[in-house]
Amino acid sequence: MRSQLEGSLAVAKAVALCRPEVISAYPISPQTHIVEALSDLVRTGELAPCEYLMVESEFAAMSAAIGASATGARAYTATASQGLLYMAEALYNASGLGLPIVMTVANRAIGAPINIWNDHSDAMSQRDSGWIQLYAESNQEAVDLHIQAFRLAEELSVPVMVCMDGFVLTHAIEPVELPTQEQVDAFLPTFDPRQVLDPDDPVTIGAMVGPEAFAEVKYLMHAKQMQALDLIPEISGAFSQAFGRTSGGLVHAYRSADAETIVVALGSVLGTIEEVVDELRTEGVRIGAVGVTCFRPYPLDEIRAALQGAKRVVVLEKAFAVGLGGIVGQNVRLALSGLPVQVYDTVAGLGGRPITRRTLRTLVTDVLEERLEPDRLAFLDLDWKLVERELQRLSDNRRSGPHAENILRDVGTVAASAHGGPR
Amino acid sequence: MSAEKLKLYQVGTFAVGNRLLDPDQRTVQARTERSNTLTSGHRACRGCGEALGARYALDAAMRATEGRLIAANATGCLEVFSTPYPESSWQLPWLHSLFGNAPAVASGIAAALKVKGRTDIRVIGQGGDGGTLDIGFACLSGMFERNDDVLYVCYDNEAYMNTGVQRSSATPPAARTANTKPVGDDPGNVFGQGKSAPLIAMAHEIPYVATATVADLHDLEHKIERAMEFRGARYVHILVPCPLGWGSESSVTITLARLAQETGLFPVFEAEGGDVVAVSKIRRRVPVDEYLRPQRRFAHLFGDPPRTDVILQLQKIADRNIDRFGLLEDS
Repeated sequence: MRSQLEGSLAVAKAVALCRPEVISAYPISPQTHIVEALSDLVRTGELAPCEYLMVESEFAAMSAAIGASATGARAYTATASQGLLYMAEALYNASGLGLPIVMTVANRAIGAPINIWNDHSDAMSQRDSGWIQLYAESNQEAVDLHIQAFRLAEELSVPVMVCMDGFVLTHAIEPVELPTQEQVDAFLPTFDPRQVLDPDDPVTIGAMVGPEAFAEVKYLMHAKQMQALDLIPEISGAFSQAFGRTSGGLVHAYRSADAETIVVALGSVLGTIEEVVDELRTEGVRIGAVGVTCFRPYPLDEIRAALQGAKRVVVLEKAFAVGLGGIVGQNVRLALSGLPVQVYDTVAGLGGRPITRRTLRTLVTDVLEERLEPDRLAFLDLDWKLVERELQRLSDNRRSGPHAENILRDVGTVAASAHGGPR
Repeated sequence: MSAEKLKLYQVGTFAVGNRLLDPDQRTVQARTERSNTLTSGHRACRGCGEALGARYALDAAMRATEGRLIAANATGCLEVFSTPYPESSWQLPWLHSLFGNAPAVASGIAAALKVKGRTDIRVIGQGGDGGTLDIGFACLSGMFERNDDVLYVCYDNEAYMNTGVQRSSATPPAARTANTKPVGDDPGNVFGQGKSAPLIAMAHEIPYVATATVADLHDLEHKIERAMEFRGARYVHILVPCPLGWGSESSVTITLARLAQETGLFPVFEAEGGDVVAVSKIRRRVPVDEYLRPQRRFAHLFGDPPRTDVILQLQKIADRNIDRFGLLEDS
């Protein structure tokens, strides 16, 4: 049924259609509306049978999901930002144990400075945690990816993270097609665990493993993710057959087949990028876009195939590796290894800074007119004056004070005076 | 007929002789049908109090649940010595996740069993004092506060033994550990720190809280079986001496556990709904010296000159426990 829904509510309803048996969650913006809606659905009995645990932290949320999943229950949680970091130890545990937990990450920046708005620093920090990472472009895709995620997770016995941009998607109200319970039941088989805590057939799960077998157990995590590279398109195909629309898969190509310039991105910003592509196409620019839906496992071959015809690739990413540069960019370079394609890495949208059509057009123009250097990290819309002023303060004054306060004062958000600054 | 009233115990050990008891009252361990939940072949040290405590606790829980039991184990000695890959000593479904999350994992297991209508299967969470009182404390409190249907058992050997005997919040004052060495003006662990997990558990007003030691294994079994009569969050805190960490002979593990109780340093009691309902009375009150002297972790108190001032401070802790819990026969 097509209805006008907030992204969080749509995802909560989609998750409920997947009949999770245990939900454990701890509130954090901008994930809250998802878990609140699920709490309502459990309390009213609309989602039954389901146990909803209101735990004391994200660490406990993931830990309870681990216990539930190992007992053969379909387990779900959702988090964001600091919460994802707080459960990091348990994330690695869930993937190391091979427990098919599904989690929504309502992508949000990581502090300090504390910031509740959207970027991809949270999910990117856990890209090597052994979880499959899927990034939704729209709320419709977020809904669809959750339904696919449970099937994928349980088929491989691997945990899956569905990433959707915080606020941009979670709090956006737009038309979403929600499937019926019958449709989802037909698509998603009941959970048939590969390992289960059962007194009739007792097993030890989580034993200590030394050098004699540790590498093999870890390699199996990798092997399963490689299997996911085949399974994800298969599930996406089955999904479009069952539901009549295309969602998921490894990569989304948009007008990129004959493009000289291709913009690569993850998540909701692809919508804006596609609009800019359309505009520039009408102006005769041979440009396209490639969305990376599945970032882990990393679809090396598919990304190479999608980009190899281009002269240049502009990677637009909402996170970066401090001290190195782009994360997605490095992964894209790996996919293009040996090919004469120039890669431009641009960090944008950190901490919720809007990425507009205008700034995107400027970026593309700068690339085309060679005002940007390839292989050098660039920041979209960075206020260099503010940065330089703070760097100057650092060199002028030993007790230069906290960066965030100083910069906020410079932009006029905070009225008080700086340590040693002008009063 | 209860074990308490018999007054027939072996000289020196105070343990009730099994053969003098009615068969119904004999220990779980005395029964041929015991489950051997933590079976032989594990790698615990000789004289390990934790291995002994876990064996009795789990076999009692298995008997109480007719073998329908799942365990969630924190990282620690118990986890390491019981599951050296590819072997396992566990004869029940057993899950080890992390150091600090065993209570939350147990909550998840209980939730899964509830949703599947398998409330006949019960859940036990377990860990050492570090995993329980320190790194796992938030998860423990959360599990208590939600009153999840989990029995959590803490095997308290009063320090981080698995990592080489470092101080925990269960380490007694003055005790030598690897990071509270007997050097400086105040040798050993500091006074005025630490916490009582059983009292904090009681503050959650959960259905059942008990303490026990491996000196009175019959009492330990009783408390586990009693705990299994309740639904909701339950907590049993067992004192388990550690020869390695305490610097004691492996032959005196049980003696030390008994002395801990008989000095008053480790009060043994039961509480229901937040109120103490029973205490194990001290049968032969002993000064703390008798308990401290056989342990090398307290050796610095008995040097030349001895630290009688510190010993007196420890005696005061014991005396306060005796008053507070009414541990003497006539109190």
